[in-house]
Amino acid sequence: MHDKTLTQLATALKSGEFSSRELTSHYLQKIEKADGTLNSFITVTGEQALNQAEEADKARAAGNAGLLTGIPLALKDIFCTRDVKTSCGSKMLDNFIAPYDATVVEKLNAAGTISLGKTNMDEFAMGSSNENSHYGAVKNPWDLTAVPGGSSGGSAAAVAAGLVPAAMGTDTGGSIRQPAAFCGITGLKPTYGRVSRYGIIAYASSLDQAGPMARSAEDCAHLMNVIAGHDVRDSTSVARGVPDYTETLNAPLSGLKIGLPKEYFGDGLDPEVEKAVRDAVKVYESLGATVREVSLPHTHYAIPAYYVIAPAEASSNLSRYDGVRFGHRCKDPVDLIDLYKRSRAEGFGEEVKRRILIGTHTLSEGFFDAYYTKAQKVRRLIRQDFLDVFEDVDVLMGPASPTPAFDLGAKKDPVSMYLQDIYTIAVNLAGIPGISVPAGFAGGRPIGLQILGTHFAEAQLLNVAHQYQQATDWHLQLPAFAEENA
Amino acid sequence: MQWETVIGLEVHVQLATRSKIFSGASTAFGAEPNTQACAVDLGLPGTLPVLNEQAVAMAVQFGLAVHADIAEVSVFDRKNYFYADLPKGYQTSQMYHPIVGPGDVDITLDDDTTKRIRIHHAHLEEDAGKSLHEDFLGMTGIDLNRAGTPLLEIVSEPDMRSAKEAVAYLKAIHAIVTYLGISDGNMAEGSMRCDVNVSVRPKGQEAFGTRAEIKNVNSFRFVERAIAFEVERQIELIEDGGTVVQETRLFDPERDETRSMRTKEEANDYRYFPCPDLLPVVLDEAYLDHLRSQLPELPADKRERFQSELGLSAYDAAVLSASREMAEFFEEVHHVCGDAKQAANWVQGELSGALNRENLSINNSPISARQLGDLLSRVIDGTINGKAAKQVFQALWNGQGENADAIIEAKGLKQVTDTGAIEAMIDQVITESPAQVAQYRDAEPEKRGKMIGYFVGQVMKASRGTANPQQVNGVLIAKLDALL
Repeated sequence: MHDKTLTQLATALKSGEFSSRELTSHYLQKIEKADGTLNSFITVTGEQALNQAEEADKARAAGNAGLLTGIPLALKDIFCTRDVKTSCGSKMLDNFIAPYDATVVEKLNAAGTISLGKTNMDEFAMGSSNENSHYGAVKNPWDLTAVPGGSSGGSAAAVAAGLVPAAMGTDTGGSIRQPAAFCGITGLKPTYGRVSRYGIIAYASSLDQAGPMARSAEDCAHLMNVIAGHDVRDSTSVARGVPDYTETLNAPLSGLKIGLPKEYFGDGLDPEVEKAVRDAVKVYESLGATVREVSLPHTHYAIPAYYVIAPAEASSNLSRYDGVRFGHRCKDPVDLIDLYKRSRAEGFGEEVKRRILIGTHTLSEGFFDAYYTKAQKVRRLIRQDFLDVFEDVDVLMGPASPTPAFDLGAKKDPVSMYLQDIYTIAVNLAGIPGISVPAGFAGGRPIGLQILGTHFAEAQLLNVAHQYQQATDWHLQLPAFAEENA
Repeated sequence: MQWETVIGLEVHVQLATRSKIFSGASTAFGAEPNTQACAVDLGLPGTLPVLNEQAVAMAVQFGLAVHADIAEVSVFDRKNYFYADLPKGYQTSQMYHPIVGPGDVDITLDDDTTKRIRIHHAHLEEDAGKSLHEDFLGMTGIDLNRAGTPLLEIVSEPDMRSAKEAVAYLKAIHAIVTYLGISDGNMAEGSMRCDVNVSVRPKGQEAFGTRAEIKNVNSFRFVERAIAFEVERQIELIEDGGTVVQETRLFDPERDETRSMRTKEEANDYRYFPCPDLLPVVLDEAYLDHLRSQLPELPADKRERFQSELGLSAYDAAVLSASREMAEFFEEVHHVCGDAKQAANWVQGELSGALNRENLSINNSPISARQLGDLLSRVIDGTINGKAAKQVFQALWNGQGENADAIIEAKGLKQVTDTGAIEAMIDQVITESPAQVAQYRDAEPEKRGKMIGYFVGQVMKASRGTANPQQVNGVLIAKLDALL
């Protein structure tokens, strides 16, 4: 079962090849067996999952099954789930149980999917290796000495290892696409505003966006059909019709105009990654696409702008973790200031504290214009770069990450970690969608091809990714770890 | 040295929306602590604000009422600071692009002159919760029912020059928001509170002195007293060779003084930035036109109309238009009885006096406007005289009858205008008062006018107040003069 894609599993459930309960038990057993090694889950909700699976089977028997009824999934531990702990990878929220479901969770439940549990992540989604989790690092199933990427590292590793057919992630600066690339799976970051943020614990509100992580673009399309759409509870979600993302998957690519941003093929790009990406582009040419080099001139300002805007928003978003109403509270505070200081000092990890400090500083009187206002100007220029380029080409292609997954513990310096997101961060600043698809290996570690489109071009990205996956089989390959734990 | 006081006010008006500014929780006052705070108000992780459109409409109505520019695009910002009753660690407010731009409001001073006070801007924001420091054995209780209640903060220019002007301005704002129905204006429940900025400068000097901000003053009387204290404190300080420091002070009504809360150096850096969870509020001309067309008659217009159309004095017009309830009551009385002056006199005199004595607001008046209007109709058509009218008023007040006519009937207060009956009573009084008649006859003619009062009183008494006093007066003079 574990080698089937979500789309194949849906067909099998429909045909009665196996029940949702059988499928769910199968995955729960795999988690039981393998996750001690991987550490991809923070919470496994086995009993609840089996109950949900039985309900799904009953619904199917009664003829009320939808396409995804009975399909097991996992949720990054940033999605609030009623009655199940939502830690956001932080000690601060180790005791937090939300009294509500995130809109994404509500929609997935309504579609009849089963949640197996909550996946590991960098604390408050701040990180590119999943090493910033209070619950420990996650291992990359392709190479247990490598990181799975971050911040949605648990979701990526769990899918790659076959512990779950698909998982939900969030992407603020690359947190879906980079771990998808590192783990050899397909991950889509939708347009900002396409998927409701309600019930997703905020890191940087103007950049955060949830999306699917799965084995194939087709799987992602099915999940997007469920989760996309306007939500009255999220003012930044966009009231715009949602297409059937599966409908256009097979549209031919002849005449597709692909742009290769020259800034994405410069210094620091691993030669093997570059080769894999260029090989992928050749596949597209063989499918009838034309390719040209384009320029996104403000690309090198993306990381500095991001590391002003995201920490600024984070410093404010994370102010609510004060030990007063929920979350970690220090023992025996002597007064309010002591309560704040110790609760936050004890509850937050290093990287979170670093970003709160950066954000607090950049918003301070006397620095605001030099940092925040300037960064917002840069952000507009970066967005304009993309809009200009999309006048000429349909999609952009490049690497999702400059290197394949690096070794656990290899990046001690925060700035070198930040540079990991050089190809993904501008996409969040511009608000456009991006998808990472497996496109080869270097030293046994997967390589991700990133495809970018203009605002609300998810259907096109999924079509372009799907056609590649019809022509190649990188996405179908499974790590030895998955086979060993089958 | 002659000193001049300079005052600016920041008035926080709680808007009368049914739900909070960014959540669906109720805003009703007085519920059990924390029963009206939903996940959004508690700042639970993952929750997001959704702007209450009613709050926007109310802010715009206020802006239109004070002739302000309404921002085509206004933006919510986060004001970041830590406090136990501030659930998110920031207050969502409008710092850089407020919804209401510069406007003005006219205030009426004691000498019936008006003065224009400029409004710098008004912005929307959410209220914080309440910290309860008593009853928790050294701990602090937090009630978040109020958290997220919509506030309109109205910031004036430093245009006021005395405590009286400040109070007049506050009353004008109070009248506007209650006329518009955008706030209940209940200061005791905190629906309207203000921060007072006070400074002094030598008369004639152009530059402002250093100001102190007195926080959270919640009654007209306290505003007056806080300013009076603060002005005296600042003048004394300067005259003793000291300097006023820019600081935030608290008014203590128990001790009638202001106390330093924090100085400028200790002030928070609020790290304002645009709230990424909310879209800018974009308003078009059609929307403004719609709201403009729905504006009720405002206090200044009413006052003007009371003078020009109803012929009331400037003073009467100002008093009667000061609150929406008072104005509406007066207009109903006038509508029923048709005599504006009578209506004005009775609403301000007998009715206001009775309400004050029993500490009632006009909303809770035991006598309805309709009842008072009917009563005045009977005065105007001569059915009863003024003295009887007061008896009827008292009876209505005490609930002794449905309406004026029933009471007049029951108490036999109908005015006697039958000349024969009146003459008979007068003859009787003259016969029974030989001494007074003799005095009258012997008095200098110019002193007789005063002496007539005695006879009128006796006749009125004999008629149990029902005789028409003018008629009695006329007949008496004729009869007494005939005896000369």
